[in-house]
Amino acid sequence: MQQAPVQPSRIKRPPSALYRLLGDRIFFAVILLLALSIVALTLGLGYYLYLGGSQTIQKEGFWGFLTGTTWDPALKLEFGIWPYVVGTLITSMAALFLSVPVALAAAIFAAEYAPRWLAGFINYLVDLMAAVPSVVYGIWGIFVLAPFLRQVLYLPVFLWASENAPWLAPYLGNPSGYGMFTAVVVLSSMIIPFTAALSRDVIQLVPAAQREGAYALGATRWEVMQMVILPYARGGIFAGAMLALGRALGETMAVAMVIGNGNILPYTLFGPASTMPAVIALELKEAVEDLHYSAIIGVGFYLFLIAFIVNAVASYLLHKLKVGEQRA
Amino acid sequence: MRSLQARYARDRLILLVVVIGTILAALPLALVLGYALVNGFSSLNWDFFTKGPKPPGELGGGMAPAIVGTLVITGTGLLIAMPFGIGAGILLAEYPDNRLNPTLRPLSDTLNGMPAILKGLLAYVLVVKTQGSFSGLSGALAMAFIMVPIIAKTTESVLKLVPWHIREAGLALGLPRWRVILSLVLPAARGGVVTGLLLATARAAGEAAPLIFTAFGNTLLTLDLRQPMDALPLRLYAYAISPYEDWHRQAWAAAVVLLGLIVMTSLLARWFTRGRL
Amino acid sequence: MSEFEASANPQTGHTEILTLDPSLKTRLEARRVTVMYGQKAGVKDVDMPIYTHKVTALIGPSGCGKTTFLRALNRMHDLTPSARVTGEVLLDGVNVYAPGVDPVEVRRKIGMVFQKPNPFPTLSIYGNVVAGLRLVGIRKKSLLDEAVERALTQAALWDEVKDRLHAPSMSLSGGQQQRLCIARALAVEPEVLLMDEPTSALDPISTQSIEDLLTELKNHVTIVIVTHNMQQAGRVSDFTGFFLNGDLVEFGPTNLLFTTPKDKRTEAYITGRFG
Repeated sequence: MQQAPVQPSRIKRPPSALYRLLGDRIFFAVILLLALSIVALTLGLGYYLYLGGSQTIQKEGFWGFLTGTTWDPALKLEFGIWPYVVGTLITSMAALFLSVPVALAAAIFAAEYAPRWLAGFINYLVDLMAAVPSVVYGIWGIFVLAPFLRQVLYLPVFLWASENAPWLAPYLGNPSGYGMFTAVVVLSSMIIPFTAALSRDVIQLVPAAQREGAYALGATRWEVMQMVILPYARGGIFAGAMLALGRALGETMAVAMVIGNGNILPYTLFGPASTMPAVIALELKEAVEDLHYSAIIGVGFYLFLIAFIVNAVASYLLHKLKVGEQRA
Repeated sequence: MRSLQARYARDRLILLVVVIGTILAALPLALVLGYALVNGFSSLNWDFFTKGPKPPGELGGGMAPAIVGTLVITGTGLLIAMPFGIGAGILLAEYPDNRLNPTLRPLSDTLNGMPAILKGLLAYVLVVKTQGSFSGLSGALAMAFIMVPIIAKTTESVLKLVPWHIREAGLALGLPRWRVILSLVLPAARGGVVTGLLLATARAAGEAAPLIFTAFGNTLLTLDLRQPMDALPLRLYAYAISPYEDWHRQAWAAAVVLLGLIVMTSLLARWFTRGRL
Repeated sequence: MSEFEASANPQTGHTEILTLDPSLKTRLEARRVTVMYGQKAGVKDVDMPIYTHKVTALIGPSGCGKTTFLRALNRMHDLTPSARVTGEVLLDGVNVYAPGVDPVEVRRKIGMVFQKPNPFPTLSIYGNVVAGLRLVGIRKKSLLDEAVERALTQAALWDEVKDRLHAPSMSLSGGQQQRLCIARALAVEPEVLLMDEPTSALDPISTQSIEDLLTELKNHVTIVIVTHNMQQAGRVSDFTGFFLNGDLVEFGPTNLLFTTPKDKRTEAYITGRFG
C-alpha cells in the first residue's frame, strides 16, 4: 500500500526578521516618546513657571521676591511672597502634626488589630477619603466646621483671654471662624488617608518571620509592634508623611475657602491668613497688570520648588525602602 | 521586673488609643459625607440636572452646563492622557533594564505629587496665554497633566503582575516583543489598566483649582472646547462663596453629585478588578 | 546498649517508652494534640513525651505535620486565625492551653528558633539578644551584659562577636545570624527550645557548628528539633518521632528507631524508600 505524500504546509511563513526587528524598534521608539512626555512635563512645569514669573522675579530678585513681606498689586505694584510662603508652611506642617498620629493609629488598627472584614472596610474608607474632592471638604469647612469651631472654641477662648490674659489677644486674632486654625483642621482631615494608606502598606510588608520571632520571645501584641514592626516600617511611615506634606502644600480650594485670605503678617492663630496655592487660585484670573500676573506665576514657581523637594525626598525614601527589601 | 499584668494593661491601653485614633481618622469623612447627604439630597431635583444657572438672586436653576462640562473636560483629558500614561507604564514594566527608568519612575512620582494648581498654571501658560482666551481645551489639558502620572503608575504595577511566563510563551512562539506586549500582556492586564484610568479620572474630575483660570466657567451649555466651559467643582466653589442662600443649597447638591460620581467610579474600579490582580 | 526500651502499646498503636533510666524526667507532654486548619487536620491525636535535657527530633516527609506539631507546643497557632488546637500540652504538668494560662508566658518558657534566621534588622547584635529581657523590664546594664555574654557563649557566638556587640545584626553571616537567634531565644532562659529546621537555610559548615552546639546546649535546656534530614536527627537527637500525614507513626529512642523500627512505614522512610 502506497503512503500518501506529506502535503507541503500551506501556513504562511512567519514575517521576515527585518519586519520583526523593525516592528520592535518602532514600537519601542513610540513607547519611549510617550514616556518622555513625563520628563518633559515635569521639567516643562518648572521651566514655564519660571519663565512666566521671571519678570517679577527679576525685578524683585530671587531672594527679595521670596522674602519680601508686601504683596500689593493695586497701588505700589510691589511683590513679596513671604506671607504666602509662611502661611503655606505653617498650615501644612501643623496639619501634618495633627494628622500623622491619627493616620498611624488607623493604619496600625487596620493592619494589626482589626478582623479581616473591618480592616477591608477601613481600607475602603481610606481610599474613599483620598478621593473626596477638595471643594467638598471646602464647602463643609465653610458651612459646618468654621461656624462650629467659632462657637465651641474660638469665641470661648477669645472671651476668656480678653478677661484673664489680655496679652494673649494679639496672638489669637479675630475669632470669625475663617482663619488659620480652621484651615489646619480641614487640611489635616484631608491628608489623613495619604499617611494612613502608605503606613498600612509598609506595616503589612513586615515579614511574618519578624513578627513570629518577636511573639516567640513572649512579646504582647503591642510589644511586637514596638520592638519589630514600627522600627521595620519607619522609613515607609516617614515617606508617607512626606507625601502627605506634599499634598498639604499644594492643597488649594478647601484652604482658600476657609482661611480668610489675609496676607498681613504676623498671622494669628484664629485670624485670616493665606497660602501660595490660594493666592494663585484667587488672583490669577483677575490680574490685569503684567507684573501682577508674572508675580502670581512666580508664586507657582516657588511652590514648584518646595513641592519638588518634598516629593523628591519622599520618592528617595521609598526607593531606599525597596532596595532594602530586595537585600533582606 | 515588669509584671505580665502591667504589660497587658499597657497592651490594652494602646489598643484603646489606637481605636480612638481610628475613629478620629474616620470622623471627618463621616461628617463630610453626612452633611453633604443631608444638605444636598433635598436640593436635588430635575431642574438641577436639566437647567442652567439663573442670574444672581433669582431662585431655581440648575447645573446642567457644569455637569456636561465636567464630563467633556475630564473625558477629553482622559483621551489626551491615556496614550502617554499607558506608554510610560509599558516602558517601566516591560523594559525594566531601560536606562531611562531609574529617572522616569521618581520623576513620574514627583509629577504625581505636584499640586494640581501648578498643572493648571502650566495649561494656562501654554494655551490660555497663547490663545488669548479661556477654553475647555485648556482645562482638559490641565486634567490630562494630572492624569498622566497616575495612569503610568497603575499601568506599570498591573503589567508587573502579569506572570513573566506569559511573555516567554509568546516569545517562544516566535512573536516579536511588541506583539507579545500588545496581544498578550496588555489584554491580560486589561481590568487593572481600566481601573487605573478610572482612578485617574475620578481624581481629576473633582479638581476645581486648575480649572479656575483655564476652563474658567460658563453659565451657558456648550460642547465647544474652544469656549470657556463650566465644571461641577468650579460651580460648587462659585456658589459656596456666594452670598445667596439658594446657591448654597445648590452647592451642597453639587457636592452630593460629585461624591456620587466618585463612589460610582470607585465601585466600578472594584468591579473591573474583582477576583483578579 | 540503650538505657531505654521501647514497645508498642496494643491499644493506641503508639510506641511507649519504658524508662530504664530512672533519672529521665518528662518536661513537656503532648496529649491527643490535634491541629485543625479549617476543616483539614494538620496533626491528629498526637501523644508524645519530651524529656528533660534531651534532644527530641521530629522527622518525616514535607507536609507531614511535624512543624505544625512543633508550633502547637508554644501556642504559635494562636496567631493564625484559621488554626485550632485541641488536646493538651503539659509543661511541667500544667496544660498550656488551659484557660487562664497566658500564651505570652508560655512562649517565654518555650522558646523558638525558626527555619530562616530572623534577627531583628533594626537592632544591634546586643539589642537582639536582650530583646526578650527588655520586654519584662530588665534595664540594669550589668544584668543585661551578663545575659548577653552567657547567651552568646551558649550559642557559640561570643568569641566571634564580642568586639562588635553593637554592630547591626544584619552584618553577620547566615550561620552567625541563626546562632544569634538561638542566643536571643536562650537569653530569656526558657525551659524548652523549639527549633524548626534551624539549619535548612545554612551551608554545611554553619550546619555543623549548630549541630555541635546542640549537644552542648541540652545540658541547659530541653530541645525539640524539626528536621527533614534523617542523618541530622541521627547525629543530634536522643529521641525521635516520625510523622506521616499528620499522624505520629512511631516515637522512640533515636538509636532504636533507626536500627529496629517497629512500623513498616518508619522503616520504609528511614531506608529511603520515600520522602
